[in-house]
Amino acid sequence: MELSDQIAQYLVSGLSTGAIYALIGIGFAIIYNTTEIINFAQGELVMLGGMFTLFFLNVCKLPLPLAIILAVAAATAAGILFERLTIRPLKSPTPLSLIIITIGGSILIRGIAMLVWGKDTHALPSFSGSEPLMIGSATILPQNLWIFGLTAIAIIGNKLFFQYSITGKAMRACAANRRAAGLVGIDVRRMVMFSFAISATLGSLAGIIVAPLTMTSYDVGIMLGLKGFCAAIIGGLSGGVGTVLGGLLLGILESLGAGLVSSGYKDAIAFIILLLILVIRPQGLFGRAQTERV
Amino acid sequence: MKRFLQTTTIALLLLVWASICGASTGTIKIGALFSVSGPPSFLGEPERNTAKMVVDEINARGGIKGRKLELVVYDTQGDATKAVQAANRLIKEDKVVAIIGPSTTGETMAVIPVAEKERVPLISCAAGSKITDPVKKWVFKTAQNDGLAVAKIYEYLNRKKISRIAILTVSDGFGSSGREQLKANAARYGIQIVVDDTYGPKDTDMTAQLTKIRGSQAQAIICWGTNPGPAVIAKNVKQLGIKLPLFMSHGVSSKKFIELAGDAADGIILPSGRVIVSDVLPAKDKQKKSLIAFVKDYQKHYRAEGDHFGGHAWDAVMLLKGAIERGGDSPAAIRDQLERTVNFAGIGGIFTYSAADHAGLSKDAFVLVEVKNKDWALVK
Amino acid sequence: MNREIIKFLLLVVVVLVAPLSVSEGYLLNVLVFVGIHTMLALALNLLLGYAGQISLGHAGFFGLGAYISGVLTANHGIDPWLAMAIAATTVTLMAFLVGFPILKLKGHYLAMATLGLGIIIYIVFNEAVDQTGGPSGLSGIPNLSIAGITFDSDIKNYYLIWTATLICMGLALNLVHSRIGRALRAIHDSEVAARVMGVNARLLKVQIFALSAGISAVAGSLYAHTMTFIAPASFGFNFSVELVTMVIIGGLASIYGSLLGAALLTVLPEILRTFQDFDIVVYGLLLIIMTMYMPGGLVQGIPALLSSIWGKLKRSPAAHA
Repeated sequence: MELSDQIAQYLVSGLSTGAIYALIGIGFAIIYNTTEIINFAQGELVMLGGMFTLFFLNVCKLPLPLAIILAVAAATAAGILFERLTIRPLKSPTPLSLIIITIGGSILIRGIAMLVWGKDTHALPSFSGSEPLMIGSATILPQNLWIFGLTAIAIIGNKLFFQYSITGKAMRACAANRRAAGLVGIDVRRMVMFSFAISATLGSLAGIIVAPLTMTSYDVGIMLGLKGFCAAIIGGLSGGVGTVLGGLLLGILESLGAGLVSSGYKDAIAFIILLLILVIRPQGLFGRAQTERV
Repeated sequence: MKRFLQTTTIALLLLVWASICGASTGTIKIGALFSVSGPPSFLGEPERNTAKMVVDEINARGGIKGRKLELVVYDTQGDATKAVQAANRLIKEDKVVAIIGPSTTGETMAVIPVAEKERVPLISCAAGSKITDPVKKWVFKTAQNDGLAVAKIYEYLNRKKISRIAILTVSDGFGSSGREQLKANAARYGIQIVVDDTYGPKDTDMTAQLTKIRGSQAQAIICWGTNPGPAVIAKNVKQLGIKLPLFMSHGVSSKKFIELAGDAADGIILPSGRVIVSDVLPAKDKQKKSLIAFVKDYQKHYRAEGDHFGGHAWDAVMLLKGAIERGGDSPAAIRDQLERTVNFAGIGGIFTYSAADHAGLSKDAFVLVEVKNKDWALVK
Repeated sequence: MNREIIKFLLLVVVVLVAPLSVSEGYLLNVLVFVGIHTMLALALNLLLGYAGQISLGHAGFFGLGAYISGVLTANHGIDPWLAMAIAATTVTLMAFLVGFPILKLKGHYLAMATLGLGIIIYIVFNEAVDQTGGPSGLSGIPNLSIAGITFDSDIKNYYLIWTATLICMGLALNLVHSRIGRALRAIHDSEVAARVMGVNARLLKVQIFALSAGISAVAGSLYAHTMTFIAPASFGFNFSVELVTMVIIGGLASIYGSLLGAALLTVLPEILRTFQDFDIVVYGLLLIIMTMYMPGGLVQGIPALLSSIWGKLKRSPAAHA
């Protein structure tokens, strides 16, 4: 086996994992940009996506496409509920209290999922077959193509929404300056809720499309959430291309690290690079430098 | 305010009365430490379920010599600190006569100093051989040593004349113990490990490691982990079109693995306790009676397949029962009687403890099984 | 100042006599952990509450202390006290060096960087199997001993740990009432303003970070020698979060708050054990509710609660009569 063939496989594998990190990362970025909250419960929404799909599929015996749509809807509702019950009633939110509340929320959601669905791991059927496809010398599963396709659609849809719809523009205004946005008549609280809804939708979608490959259980959200968070930071917490590139880069680094350097230290490699990026280019690899506000 | 005081006093009196009554009926208190939640919950949950089930059953049949058993279970969440705190609580507050568990080797090693100091027998449900090697006075174990599982696979490889292998182990307690044994025993069987790789317990894609293995000289792959990692690996192996024989550990010897890996599970060989093949065992097998009883009971109580992790707890409770029946319920007597256990046919194997051996099992505790048509088949 | 001294002496007396009223051996064991957690919460509070810099990686420093001590004594036969000193020095120095680049970051970026640092340290504990024993842990760590007394029982460990905890608390009280404490608060309020007034904000932040890491490492050493066994699972991301929670629930920028927070979060799981599977749900719920409705932490929350209850009690007899 040629080294170049191996590297081709590492790249393909890395890209498909990276696409998932990107999708989760964008969820982080959207909430951060409208509210300056890092939602540590984002990973749990990813988990909810997969678990709800299983629930609708196995317990309610619905066909897969319907189960997926309902699962995304249910997870989005959970995201909105979370915002309404914990973030909105806060009288004087500080970054710290928000971090603790979202961490508390993630523990709570995980706990409820564990009680309701148990601790077992479950497999979700592939969307279309499991015969591997060849791309040059590298192999890929049809599910990977679903991941790429749906990630691309989600990201483009997201971009269009923020660029052209009134709500999207209003949310961007909130991101730029919350008080000014409020003064011109934008309902800031509503926009915050929207941001939670959108990121829950994206997160749960990520959880669903990845479940046929990786299985799902009540505790898959922690690691996926952290990786998505990394992707967002590498991309400078941008809601668009930056985070996508950040996610893909993280995926490839992990895969190359595991294949060429050390599988045991591959996560450490990813985090060391993250630290370097933070220290050298805190605005993210692809972001522009911002002047610090006092 | 007065009302409040009255109620409190009555409640307190009731509590004191209840505790006195509890003592006078003479229940025997047994402690249990299982990682019911946290990453090793795949061990702790069946163990807790099984222990509860067996204790209930013993009580339903009149207890031990007319005295009921009381099981106090604490969740350790796979964390050594929590395990030690809980062990202290079991011994000093609940005043148990013996402790079953913990579920993992790490937690067990943390709890051992407490059990030794307080002189309370501990029957661990973890597999690490260092638990009973060297022998510790108060510590026993029911899970088969990982070394025995490794030996079973290596013997098979020798028969098939395979000498170069790749190992892929999970980076948690289970995987690192397996990795240690795989490496330590390789030379004795003339086996050379050409790739030694690991993966994280929460990793979702192992194609990178497998690509590296595909590019190596390995003739077989041995993967050491617990669900869901090995199922992902089985799928990845198929995706990459790797044709090498794939071996797994006893960590995935339950129907759950076949369900998760689907078609990719076919042809995978692994060492396992007899519990998953209890129905196809020959009638003369000494363990058959215990195995069938356990599997049936578990199915009845929890509507799920009993696995050999639950079996570790079954064995521990039954060993304790035997010891208490023979020698009474003081911790010292239980310890002495445990050490005299001979030929107890349990779920994990046939136990014979002695002053020099607190693990009690031989290599025969494992059989090799293969996945065929979504079910287990014995490898002859 | 006098009131401060009296308050502290009162605490010393309470700590000294507490074991007398605790007949149950098990409670004493819980109090040992309260002591260790208090040191950690205190260390983190100096950084988080006083200097206003978040860290989601402090479990890593705690773990480094424990592992350096553990590896040096169990594998290389070095005297425990010496190992502890080496652990404290190494970790302080390391944090000092790492602190310069990392503490340039703010808010969520700092949170992410410290989180990453913690995870890297955690991975090393898991992977450096030859020295650390890997995921199944490191056993055979000796107890500390001094002048022929070996700290091998709960009561001895209680006095050992709480002596260290009280020393740390005393030092921290001194620090926050000194010039440095005022400078720290200035940084917390506005770093730019502090710099304008001539505070070397950057150096001070890094120094506090190093001090905080150093105290955590000492707590780690003490933990290792008390438990005589350590495993990576005790030093993961979850524990970092638990430490931040202790500080916030206890009360930011309050030395006594750290004690309260540590005590509550150590005792709480013991109480929640009775909830069995529900404990993690209850824990998550408590985190949310306490942060939402007691933002000042217990140090402010408890007096407020008491005064409101007192107010109601004063009114209620009239209502009943």
